[in-house]
Amino acid sequence: MIHISVYYFGAISLILIGLYAVLVKKNVLKMLIGLSIMETGVNLLLISVGYISGRSAPILSEGVTPGRAVDPIPQALVLTAIVIGVATTAMALSVAIILYEKYNTLNVEEMRRLRG
Amino acid sequence: MNCVSCIEYIIVAIMIASAILAVEWRDLLAAAVGMAAVSLFASILFFMLQAPDVAMTEAAIGAALSGAIFIFAIKRTRRFETEEEEKPGWWVRW
Amino acid sequence: MVSLLKRSLAIITLLIIGYWVAQAFAGVPFGQDKMLVGKYYLENVVNQTGSVNAVTAVVVNYRGFDTLGEVTVLFIASTGVGALLWRRKKERTARTEGSIVLKTGTRYLFPFILVFGAYIFIHGHLTPGGGFPGGATIATGFLLLYMAFIVYEIPHKSFEVTEGLVGMSYVIVGLIGLAIGGYFLYDWIWQTWHVGTTNIGRLLSGGFIPVIYTIIGLKVGTELSGIIDNMLKEEVRE
Repeated sequence: MIHISVYYFGAISLILIGLYAVLVKKNVLKMLIGLSIMETGVNLLLISVGYISGRSAPILSEGVTPGRAVDPIPQALVLTAIVIGVATTAMALSVAIILYEKYNTLNVEEMRRLRG
Repeated sequence: MNCVSCIEYIIVAIMIASAILAVEWRDLLAAAVGMAAVSLFASILFFMLQAPDVAMTEAAIGAALSGAIFIFAIKRTRRFETEEEEKPGWWVRW
Repeated sequence: MVSLLKRSLAIITLLIIGYWVAQAFAGVPFGQDKMLVGKYYLENVVNQTGSVNAVTAVVVNYRGFDTLGEVTVLFIASTGVGALLWRRKKERTARTEGSIVLKTGTRYLFPFILVFGAYIFIHGHLTPGGGFPGGATIATGFLLLYMAFIVYEIPHKSFEVTEGLVGMSYVIVGLIGLAIGGYFLYDWIWQTWHVGTTNIGRLLSGGFIPVIYTIIGLKVGTELSGIIDNMLKEEVRE
């Protein structure tokens, strides 16, 4: 059995649970919940790669020398990714609202049958 | 029992359970609350990984605003998802 | 039982993918020192940018162009939501007035929420936070006003004018840097005017990081309030 840390395990399970919701579920809003959970999992995975044990936050006030701080670069990447995640979720939800107003259902199998 | 470091295990377990419940509930309003709970526990884990900027951003944007716009989208569409062709499993009776 | 077959196939595929990803991450040891570029940034951040918060210095100063791209993506998303949900006449369709606890609490808490949001993005180079959680806090204050009063709307004209002006001023700050220094988003406050060189750890330092974070905080706050307003109103049918 491979041995990984508990943070990696939690992040990978969140990605898999979100992917399950996108693959299996038929309601559009449920798929978007899965997509949002997947984005949270990916952000958690990125930050847990940059962690160094025994060190503290990368704010260099008194007592925190550059030899005692965690990696600041994955945190800068994830700061951007969280905001972009909420922007794409907002746009996807507007498209779902318009789909409901046009087809009067939120089931993707029904929508494929009502073509034209 | 005195384990300071096993709080990570507890929070990861609650986060995974909340994600599974958010995907399986048929009431979409409850699923939106489950998604906000996943964001909240991820924010606590970000704090424990010594990343305070990311913890604040995830708490403000993921837990508050993402859940709120989901509830507005549910308001303008339907609340319960209906699956005509699937038989409900014995554990999903909500 | 087609659906049971599909579900078990999906679960088996996901377990195989999960095992493969976990095998990849077993080669990345958790908690060991593997910084290469981060070490350079941590050693030189106080001399080259003047801020004590290394993460915000990387976001605004070293990788400022990517932050301009992110602000553009947020702007496109807000415009897209407004364009998709546009109707000729819109109104709010709430019917239940907020309770008296909510109304009184909102009336007293709303200015403090705005001040707290402004505090977060003004002190972005000293404490954790920055422009994005500050703007999100301001948008949460407006969301609270929407929840408490059923006739409240944000003043559309002033919000749109504010959003456009601060978006333009981000590019203008970069172009002034191009004119003075030689490349786009050159930090002219810290490296040419030398404002606040003796003041590290206090408010008047950090180069142009407080200026840009004020711009980003106002932009994100007004944009997210606009998204909430567009999603709450429905069409008036005559």
